[in-house]
Amino acid sequence: MDQENIALTEAVYYILLSLRTPLHGYGIMQKIEAFSGGRVRLAAGTLYGALSSMLEKGWISALPGESGGRKKEYVATASGVAAAKNELRRLRELVANGEKILEGE
Amino acid sequence: MVLRMRYVRHRLFWVWDFDREEKWLNEMAAKGLQLTAVGFCTYTFEEGGPGEYDIRLELLEHSPACAESAAYIRFIEETGAEYLGSVCRWAYFRKKKSEGCFDLFSDIDSRIKHLNRIMLLILLVGLCELFTGVGNSFNIYSRIRSPENLVLFVLCSSLFLLIVYGFFRILAKIRRLQKERKLHE
Repeated sequence: MDQENIALTEAVYYILLSLRTPLHGYGIMQKIEAFSGGRVRLAAGTLYGALSSMLEKGWISALPGESGGRKKEYVATASGVAAAKNELRRLRELVANGEKILEGE
Repeated sequence: MVLRMRYVRHRLFWVWDFDREEKWLNEMAAKGLQLTAVGFCTYTFEEGGPGEYDIRLELLEHSPACAESAAYIRFIEETGAEYLGSVCRWAYFRKKKSEGCFDLFSDIDSRIKHLNRIMLLILLVGLCELFTGVGNSFNIYSRIRSPENLVLFVLCSSLFLLIVYGFFRILAKIRRLQKERKLHE
């Protein structure tokens, strides 16, 4: 399995986190706004693009929605969760170095 | 049922000035005139509360009749926005300010992608104009050097130059964003 050492965008990382459990588009936007205390306001068009890319990459899957009424839901796949965990590892490294150099004596 | 006054305004916005168009539509909304329908250079407004809606527009990847576009429009509607209609591939949306902030793009990458789409449109129209408009009118003028044919050639060439100008305007916007992207998302 290819372990890419590429940084995920903030949007993609947060989408993966919010899709641990199935959620529809608007729900993802609200969850991410809650995660970030209002700092990250993902726009609908940007979200749609991110979801399309992530579907292509196999990081999320679309749940067969009930026709009419119910909004389409998405959920993170195993490889999506793995990508998010990988990202968490990368972020920890960034935080550790930042704290050492910027906040250490 | 409230009967609201409707106003139809005609205005031309160049494709590369879509952001000025959006700004104008939001200025109208701030004054109390909310966009309800669009047509070619035609805007229908309805009297409403001042600043009731946020208006956004986007050049879709595919024709609005297409399945992909329909899915995209449906997705945007599911986030609480209203689809007002399209003019060719330009889709117009609005969302009540009371229901939260409304933007279609929130990061540089998606903005660049949108601008690239617009740039491609301008490029294609420009090439068409160059080969059919400019090319043909030049051919005709070189065969029959009448004043009318010269005028036709000048008109076609002017239109082509205008399109070239628009192309560089969008290119400049893209370059600016790409520069910013080097620093952050």
